[in-house]
Amino acid sequence: MREIRYRDALREAMLEEMERDESVFLMGEEVGHYQGAYKVSEGLLDKFGERRVIDTPIAEGGFAGVGIGAAMVGLRPIIEFMTWNFSFVAFDQIISNAAKIHPMSAGAVRVPIVFRGPNGAAKQVAAQHSHSCAPFYTNIPGLYVIQPSTPRDAKGLLKSAIRSDNPVVFLEGETLYGVKGEVPDEGVEELVPIGESRLARAGGHCTIVSWGRPYYTVMAAAEKLSAEGIECEVIDPRTLRPLDTSLMVESVKKTNRCVVVHEHWPYGGPGAEIVDRLQREAFDYLDAPLERVSSLDVPMPYALNLEDTVLPTEDRVIDAVKRVSYVK
Amino acid sequence: MMVIRRFEEEAARNYAKGKIGGFLHLYIGQEAIAVAAAEVLEEGDYIFQTYRDHGIALARGMSPNAAMAELFGKDTGCSRGLGGSMHFFDVERGFLGGWAIVGGHLALAAGTAFKAKYSGEDRVTMCFFGEGSTNIGGFHEAMSLAGLWKLPVVFVCENNQYAMGTPLERTSPLKDLSIKAQGYGMLGDRLEGHDVEVVRERLGAAVGRARAGEGPTFVEILTYRFRGHSMSDPAKYRTRTELEQRKQQDPIAVVRGRLVDLGVEENALDDIDLEVDEEIDAAVRFADESAPAQEDVMMSTVLVAEDGS
Repeated sequence: MREIRYRDALREAMLEEMERDESVFLMGEEVGHYQGAYKVSEGLLDKFGERRVIDTPIAEGGFAGVGIGAAMVGLRPIIEFMTWNFSFVAFDQIISNAAKIHPMSAGAVRVPIVFRGPNGAAKQVAAQHSHSCAPFYTNIPGLYVIQPSTPRDAKGLLKSAIRSDNPVVFLEGETLYGVKGEVPDEGVEELVPIGESRLARAGGHCTIVSWGRPYYTVMAAAEKLSAEGIECEVIDPRTLRPLDTSLMVESVKKTNRCVVVHEHWPYGGPGAEIVDRLQREAFDYLDAPLERVSSLDVPMPYALNLEDTVLPTEDRVIDAVKRVSYVK
Repeated sequence: MMVIRRFEEEAARNYAKGKIGGFLHLYIGQEAIAVAAAEVLEEGDYIFQTYRDHGIALARGMSPNAAMAELFGKDTGCSRGLGGSMHFFDVERGFLGGWAIVGGHLALAAGTAFKAKYSGEDRVTMCFFGEGSTNIGGFHEAMSLAGLWKLPVVFVCENNQYAMGTPLERTSPLKDLSIKAQGYGMLGDRLEGHDVEVVRERLGAAVGRARAGEGPTFVEILTYRFRGHSMSDPAKYRTRTELEQRKQQDPIAVVRGRLVDLGVEENALDDIDLEVDEEIDAAVRFADESAPAQEDVMMSTVLVAEDGS
């Protein structure tokens, strides 16, 4: 194992898959000559040239559609959105085309494509640039939705996504790009399977399910709770569609309580989906209502103090864990 | 052309009988365009069409059986009953779909053309859409990228004068839409669509340019649908006189008249009509007698299984 940053893990995944398969290419705004708006694609243009690292005009609907069309006839495009906020002007391409082509053609046409880019709040970029997009895309049959928290999962899941024959929504995090973590050594290939959750921390008192940016908030909160004698078990779903609840159910059978912590808004989405499934799949084992800690139900404000209030905080996680544990 | 005409007439009849559901958009009056397009395209080329997709699919060689069965929602349909009238697919013939979000498929066509260029393949993509598409963003972005990257694609605007019920003069400041091509750095062409030989020649030239690496062309073809936008549209927004005038230029009558002038016996043409009648009648029987769409096909085609099956 060696330690690298999340953005480098993503770059390695793309580089390795592009070396391995000539049908893989990267397309998006500023991915080439600018070296990536967030430097995820740094160096790829030099290595693969303009044929396979393609700068586009500002036209998300257009280049998302070009990618889908290319995928329909055998290429494996990686379409980078500078941020997922800009995917809304390509929403029709993802929803009406990418997700529908295989079913609508009764399986005659496949769409092996990855849409990727940073998702969720960055820092003080306000209401239009802080969307946490998983709820929009997880609602759609015909898509995979992946949101890796760690560099290792980012690399292993992106490689799996590129090799998948299905359209994949791959949600990264602007605030995660600099996070360091262990990944397998160079030359050791690891494909993290799509649709498998991961046990991130063992503990017997309370289960916490979390992913993306709040995963780190949860891990920090778990340490503080541990100091108070409450041991949390943390499960990272990694893939939000299809959703693997097996580890969560096993964990709840042991802890009898669960808090789901996510960045997206509280109305619906994977957070609500997980709660819905667990109350049915582990009903007899629950000693407290399932709780959720989410972003507050407001468009993201600019002011830093307000933004910090809106996003899930350690304090809110700790309070929720104590509530379901009936300790205060 | 007769196959398309009779197919559409039978589709309308069976829609009235309740055998066909949903939306049904007929190609009657526009047949010369599909037939000419099929003539100038090669086997490996790709075609995209809007929801008014029966004509080009049949012209490209889809069997009337598979087409009619799709309308009937049957397992033997070209999309196994999952697509319906608006979503025909015939991958073997490069027919990559009928698409039902206006302007949404133009970028896909740029995408298959991108693949041809990326892989150095000799394949041209032809993408059909109505004049109603030329106002939506999807048109602009696809045309921009195709022009920028000089992709081997021919954009064919079938201008049938009405975007559903709204005439062109109330949706566009331009009468001549082909001049839009200039804005995307591509060639534009504009022609009448009732003479199959004229359409063949001009589309052939556009396809030739794409094949030669000279980039995309935007071709506006002036045409007219003799029926409403869809089966639910009585077309009250246009006059009977206008319709009757347009029927004077029925593409089938035009080609029939020319064949007779060239010395083809009327009887021989009548025999073809009878053959076509029988073929379409057989397609209706086939569709009617086919097994219904299958639940297991629906469930197993949402995603490709990860083992690749």
